[in-house]
Amino acid sequence: MLRLHDVSASYRGLKALQGVSMDVGKGEVVAVVGANGAGKSTLLRAIAGQVATTGSIEFDGESLAHVPAHMVTRRGISLVPEGRRLFPRLSVEDNLRLGAYSKRGDFDRFAPLELVFSLFPRLRERLMQRAGTLSGGEQQMLAIGRALMTQPRLLMLDEPSQGIMPKLVDDIFKAILRIRRLDVTILLVEQRLAESLEIADRAYVLQTGRVVMSGPAKQIAADAAVRQAYLGM
Amino acid sequence: MTADILLQAVIGGLLMGLIYALVAAGLSLIFGLMDVVNFAHGELLMVAMFATFSLWQLTGLDPLMVLPLVVVLMFALGVAIYHGLIARALTVQFNRGMVQIFVTFGLGIFIRGLAQFFYGGEFRSITGGMVANRTVQMAGIYVPLPQFAASLVCLGAFALLLVISRTEFGRALEATREDRDAVALIGINRDHIFAIGWGLGAATVGIAGVMLATFYYVSPNVGANFATIAYVTVALGGFGSLGGALVAGLLIGEIEALTALVLEPSLKQVGMFVVYLAVVLFRPRGLFGRL
Amino acid sequence: MEAIPDNAITRRRRNELRCALAVLVVLAILPLPISDVYTQNLIILTLFYAGLSQAWNILGGTCGQISLGHAFYFGVGAYTSTMLFTHLGIPPTLGMFAGGAMGGLMALLIGWPCFRLSGHYYVIATFVVGEIGSLLFLNWDWIGGASGLYIPFHGESWINLQFRTAKLPWHYLFLTFAAATWLVAWLIDGSRWGFAWRAVRDDVVAARSLGVSVFRSKMAAAVISGFFTGLGGALYGQFVGYIDPDSMMTGSLSVLISLPAVLGGVGTLWGPVVGAAILIPVRELSSTFLGGSGRGVDLMLYGAMIVLVALARPQGLVSLLALVRGGRNARTA
Repeated sequence: MLRLHDVSASYRGLKALQGVSMDVGKGEVVAVVGANGAGKSTLLRAIAGQVATTGSIEFDGESLAHVPAHMVTRRGISLVPEGRRLFPRLSVEDNLRLGAYSKRGDFDRFAPLELVFSLFPRLRERLMQRAGTLSGGEQQMLAIGRALMTQPRLLMLDEPSQGIMPKLVDDIFKAILRIRRLDVTILLVEQRLAESLEIADRAYVLQTGRVVMSGPAKQIAADAAVRQAYLGM
Repeated sequence: MTADILLQAVIGGLLMGLIYALVAAGLSLIFGLMDVVNFAHGELLMVAMFATFSLWQLTGLDPLMVLPLVVVLMFALGVAIYHGLIARALTVQFNRGMVQIFVTFGLGIFIRGLAQFFYGGEFRSITGGMVANRTVQMAGIYVPLPQFAASLVCLGAFALLLVISRTEFGRALEATREDRDAVALIGINRDHIFAIGWGLGAATVGIAGVMLATFYYVSPNVGANFATIAYVTVALGGFGSLGGALVAGLLIGEIEALTALVLEPSLKQVGMFVVYLAVVLFRPRGLFGRL
Repeated sequence: MEAIPDNAITRRRRNELRCALAVLVVLAILPLPISDVYTQNLIILTLFYAGLSQAWNILGGTCGQISLGHAFYFGVGAYTSTMLFTHLGIPPTLGMFAGGAMGGLMALLIGWPCFRLSGHYYVIATFVVGEIGSLLFLNWDWIGGASGLYIPFHGESWINLQFRTAKLPWHYLFLTFAAATWLVAWLIDGSRWGFAWRAVRDDVVAARSLGVSVFRSKMAAAVISGFFTGLGGALYGQFVGYIDPDSMMTGSLSVLISLPAVLGGVGTLWGPVVGAAILIPVRELSSTFLGGSGRGVDLMLYGAMIVLVALARPQGLVSLLALVRGGRNARTA
């Protein structure tokens, strides 16, 4: 479904990705793990069309080179970015509905709302509240909800557990599992190694912009050497 | 000073204030959306006034009839300015703030030259039409009909802007102004939104221009004075605030009218400038500006 | 920031000074073979705006406070010197310093409220203050109001800065003016003040954390900038022999004062000079040869040039010089 070949990118003058190749198959949950500064966020931003890259990125067999970020979204790739990037002065409802903005003309474009509310019932209770006044966990739910409103086939999550109460982290991981059952492919970047490797099918280990290891998530989770060498655990 | 004169001044200030407010609204809209102060705003007003004048002169149509056409033309001009110049100015690597100021400044000078090229420097005015040179009398107060019609249209334009801000497009506009880099995440092309924002800003000042042309002289330099007042209005109301532009515009109109009662006519702008400075001293972001 | 060895900075600064001396010598010799009055005037105006814009650049470039109200300091300087001359008989050679002092004082008075504002709010405030000043002067009868003041001619004199037809004295006067502002800018550039002001421009928070007093830095830059702008106004008044608010205090003059620095390279030593050397001749020539009929072609050219330079060379035309020299002394704004 998603295929990266020899992708390099610079971010703020630093080489953040150096010749990354990876594959994500339809319906998979793929985790990208690695220490801080390994290039995980840049990888997602590169796929989303937010940073310039060399090498090739293909989605469903079509190249994403020179595709502007908003068109990447319209092709079915949705990124839930680090820091969530909600529209804090708009209401929860507006944030969600705007997710379907580019689908104007489709009469059932708001259909995913029900899905979002069933995943995160809290959002339904907060519909009129400004997004900026939500708690960290609720904001993360809203960010995922907004991404789902674009009806993605590939959902990319950047550190969804960051800055969130432990209890809500579980909710979010449960939601990710439910989303995958809806035939949405998931690419997950996480600091929380154990949880993410538990829900992922496969994983890539990134170190200073390079893929140093890849394979079934279980295997990587079990490999003590990996944890020592690349993940500092 | 009798009560009649005072009332006359207050009403005159109210009518003019609505026009000031609408001119300022266009400026504020563009600024709020993308942090760019359009220093060619007065020239956009002038273009709309000349367009009205020319259409009236060529076709003999009533200025009020050409309003929709001029508004559409102004919208297109705004979009063109965005795509031709502003989009580029947003991507420069150095001195971005300064480049934005001077690109719009240069554009304003260029448009002024263009107007001079086609129309020469003299003053012109529209002498016909439904509202020309007529007054209505209400409760003993004489109100010039063109000003009255202009203020009604300006109020209507404000209502329209309010409606637009409540639509889904208005939400997208608001989202873009909050986080211009994040809208791509939901498939919104921010260039598209910015361009329409410029179109709306130019159309807004265009409406004011058409109405102003029904009773005010038209010349290549006519925009400068209104632009200065618009900057004061926007800074007083707070950049980016539509309601702020309305309140500040009315305030400025009143202050100007009342200053003219006590000071010489040539000093009528001193009052608004002083009030502006006093307000901005205590509220650096203006009355309704966001921090 | 990477630490640059001290001797590299000293060497660079010495080179700048040498370069300036060479330019000064060339400009001193330049008018000697020219007898055409129009060309002489053109060069004089260019020198004048180079100096004026350098003065603006001290506040607008080095300290980053984009003022669009400098015409007010300019006009105040001109009026001060002229009033001292016509009423008290004080010669403009002294009066111009009084004019500069008044310009500096005005910059202080206006800076005090305006420096609380930032970004666009500051730009607009300076513009509005300039407009208020011009309005007041237009209506102030004692100083001539809208009809302005003629400066009476008391005979050829260096003391009174009056020359019937000779252009050479003006050339050297304005060359001195431009050189003086350049030298001041150069001195500031290498001083602790220059360091502090650049810090204020680049990052207010960081400047504070370095112990820089942001407000005092802006005020200091404003005074120096206002002083030289006022002085320039006094000189210009003597040059044209007639002053009025419409030619000495308008918003478009404020813009014209800032433009050479902006187009040449804001915050750079040579930006105002390079900018003036290109902008002023283009402006004057186009208005002479294209604007005579009032057809606006000159304005179109002027406007288009501003737009194109700002978009194509946002760091200023001076960066082209740096390219020619292999970027050796390139200075980013």
